[in-house]
Amino acid sequence: MCRPLYVILLCLLGMIAPAGAAEPVKLKVADPYLDMHTGPGAGYPIFHVVERGEQVEILKRKTGWFKIRMENGKEGWVPSAQLERTLTPDGQPIAIASVERGDFAQRRWSVGLLGGRYSGAAVMTAHVNYTFTPNLSADLQYSDVSGDFSSSQLLGVNLLHETFPAWRFSPFFALGGGGVHTKPRATLVVTDDRTNAFASAAVGARAYVTRRFVLRAEYRGYVIFSSDEDNEEIEEWKAGFEVFF
Amino acid sequence: MESWLRSVFLTRNSGFALAALMLAASVLPAHAQEEAEPLIQPQLERREITEAMIDSEDFEIGAYFGVLSIEDFGSNAVYGGRVTYHVAESFFIEAAYGLSEGGKTSYELLSGSAQLLTDDEREYTYYNASLGYNLLPGEVFWGEGRAFNSALYLIGGVGNTTFGGDDRFTVNWGVGYRFLATDWLSLHLDMRDHMFDIDITGQDKTAHNIETTLGIAVFF
Repeated sequence: MCRPLYVILLCLLGMIAPAGAAEPVKLKVADPYLDMHTGPGAGYPIFHVVERGEQVEILKRKTGWFKIRMENGKEGWVPSAQLERTLTPDGQPIAIASVERGDFAQRRWSVGLLGGRYSGAAVMTAHVNYTFTPNLSADLQYSDVSGDFSSSQLLGVNLLHETFPAWRFSPFFALGGGGVHTKPRATLVVTDDRTNAFASAAVGARAYVTRRFVLRAEYRGYVIFSSDEDNEEIEEWKAGFEVFF
Repeated sequence: MESWLRSVFLTRNSGFALAALMLAASVLPAHAQEEAEPLIQPQLERREITEAMIDSEDFEIGAYFGVLSIEDFGSNAVYGGRVTYHVAESFFIEAAYGLSEGGKTSYELLSGSAQLLTDDEREYTYYNASLGYNLLPGEVFWGEGRAFNSALYLIGGVGNTTFGGDDRFTVNWGVGYRFLATDWLSLHLDMRDHMFDIDITGQDKTAHNIETTLGIAVFF
């Protein structure tokens, strides 16, 4: 097995393992009361109230909601804003560290999907990004282009430079290269499939939205090194989202 | 206050006066002491509860199977897998990959021998990325003592379909129902329309391919 695969597996295990291994988090209710909903959503009815001074155990989290268990065994969901106003058993106020912009600046891996236009045809891209330093990261992009006369698959590697990584709206520029495989439409007069190398340059921006969710948009210019006399130049824009870890 | 003091000291019952004085002595200094202590203790630390300490279940991974009605090519079994990330209480994003196979058009069946597509070209694969909105979250009841969370959601997105020897840009939208058997196990019932442009049957048209699936997924 190659080393990058190990790294990815370890990262995935790292994401899953601590959840089961973590010891229970217990809190004391400091507010006059804590509303317990039957489900993780504002619309679910409040079926029970935990009084001040009672101890609760946090079981799990779904988006902005926490499932808690009372000492008498009753379980329900409370919003994070209300749970913030509880105390640890030794009477200390707590802060629930949720994924925030600070974590975005310290991300290592992110995966994303982008969609847009590639020289008038629809393009969809899946990418994995690895961050080396706050400014520098690398992308592995796979794109699928479906046009009227042909379909193409592009596989490329990019080096991204984020000039202001601490900004919520963070612009970047990228340089990359890779290969493109083009197949003409089956209903057209048959011409051969072809595979060419390409170089690309892009400008774009990332915008942090909430928790692990980031929007990303980019404009990219390709130069495809074809065996014809002239190199082919293609413009592409696309937008989508990223989830980071 | 003055009249109260006078009444205390002027009273003939000296025992009562003494008791009153002792009471005042025990209350007043205590009050002064309280004021001397700082109201805010600066070295109080906020203890952080990090995400790693709490089991967070925002991701969902699952498999589904059902029937895909491919326009002009009959209804066939479809199966696939999907990964969902619940961004917020109401919104989620989903990536899916599915497989099916096209049957024969009525033209092929009637003419007997004519073949529009080869066997390889009849293979139907698709992937898509979609955004979902939990339109009607709620609870369903099973008898008197059991309640399950559920949601009716709207979902739509874009993707790619490989069918008839070509890749086709595909828009999908539909309605789904999520039933949570437990906090971490969900059952899905989905109806989707996959739309793409196709010209195999002699005219350019937008094909609507209706897919009905049952799925099972786990949160992690």
